[in-house]
Amino acid sequence: MTRHYSALSVLKEGMCGQKGWAQAWRSPQPAKRYAVVIIGGGGQGLATAYYLAKTHGVKRIAVIERGWLGGGNTGRNTTAIRSNYYYPESTELYDLSLRLYETLGRDLNYNIMLSQRGMMQIVSSPGEMEMAARQVNAMQLNGVQAELLDRAEVQRRVPIYNYAPDARYPVYGAIFQARAGIARHDAVAWGYARAADALGVDIIQQCEVQGFVVEGGRCVGVQTSRGEIRADRVGMAVAGSSGVMAEKAGFRLPITSYTLQACVSEPVKPIFDTVLVSPMTGAYVSQSDKGEMVIGGGLDRVPSYGQRGNLPQLETVLSGVLEMFPIFRQLRLLRQWGGTVDVTPDSSPIFGESPLPGLYINGGWGTGGFKAIPAGGTLFAHILASGGHHPISAPFDLNRFRTGHLLDEAAGAGIAH
Amino acid sequence: MQLFTCPFCGPRPETEFHFGGDAGNARPGAEASAIDWTDYLFFRHNRKGVAREIWMHMSCREAFLMERDTVTHAVTATHALGSEA
Repeated sequence: MTRHYSALSVLKEGMCGQKGWAQAWRSPQPAKRYAVVIIGGGGQGLATAYYLAKTHGVKRIAVIERGWLGGGNTGRNTTAIRSNYYYPESTELYDLSLRLYETLGRDLNYNIMLSQRGMMQIVSSPGEMEMAARQVNAMQLNGVQAELLDRAEVQRRVPIYNYAPDARYPVYGAIFQARAGIARHDAVAWGYARAADALGVDIIQQCEVQGFVVEGGRCVGVQTSRGEIRADRVGMAVAGSSGVMAEKAGFRLPITSYTLQACVSEPVKPIFDTVLVSPMTGAYVSQSDKGEMVIGGGLDRVPSYGQRGNLPQLETVLSGVLEMFPIFRQLRLLRQWGGTVDVTPDSSPIFGESPLPGLYINGGWGTGGFKAIPAGGTLFAHILASGGHHPISAPFDLNRFRTGHLLDEAAGAGIAH
Repeated sequence: MQLFTCPFCGPRPETEFHFGGDAGNARPGAEASAIDWTDYLFFRHNRKGVAREIWMHMSCREAFLMERDTVTHAVTATHALGSEA
């Protein structure tokens, strides 16, 4: 059977009817006991399992997924990857992720279609231009390359933007991170799943966690729809369902679940070669390899687990996009969808041991979990292997909501949610 | 567009309303411990399914209690606040 993906193996399989491809991952029966059980088969959970096996040499790992791999926010986001954050702690985290993404295709032997086409954040007033300079300076001080573009340069790079003299939000310039870009989101989940499976990780789909096994005040396993599974350590990486898992475990989190919508237009020929966000219109756009305009924006304002968007927010985002790109008025929308995101008060994620000892959290990513998958997996694997924090994950401990050391990235990152 | 029923103004578009958190999340007294204060400020039930929440109708500036389902978005009741805010 052909396991390794390469041009040669594509050629070879093409010659013999594509019959020899090995299954990308197994579907094993759950064992009674593992060293580590990870709840959630999205990007974060699968990456955690991969790095636990690869970096820390942990044997006997299971990933338990209620639905199918990457069926939550990993398969519902707009695939943007960037590290244009303000605080040093956030930069450490998100730039680690971007650096890991840069070599991920080779590391996993899976084409994640990473395209570092840059991300441009439009600036629409002289006052904002000063804040943009501050942002670019902060990024450079934190060791992340960034540029402040003037209006002429933005116009040269994105000629189809709205530069009309009566534009509601005129262009004064832009913040540009050249290393940012997009990747194929499903491929990130599938690539990690395949690589983790090859290292012996059991990936168990269609298996719902219904409760936690607690002995002596410590989490020692999970009750699932396919029986009890015991583990030395249990990790949860369940994004929008964090509150549901926390309730089963008997604690609360500083998390509110909201819907974040996205949509794509019909595919057209290449017209737009970066990721562009306008904080003033509250919308952002990139063009997929298929040619669709991939459109996202702010959160729906009603807390929800519905995984579908409401109309007022869609209208806000689309009217923003048309203000930015009048030429897109001719496009028809192809699909629209929503995901349930776990939003924290400071828009930063939560890592570390939960109030139930033995149960560890990777969550609170809100609207930005996809870009953080390689770093989130790396750090959560370190936590689950050692029981303690990695230096990069320590500032993101749940305890920050008790001590007041919040990492308020709400203003520092893209869209204000 | 979903309509929420303000107990004072009747059915109004959802965009006129602002989410205010869990019902029953009472503000602790000045002598409260740091744990109680941070529980009040940051920690949420975030229930999936039936939830009891405080909302504000931004047009009339009145806060009220809404019972709704966070999966189906169906609103079962809205009440003027009694002692439970």
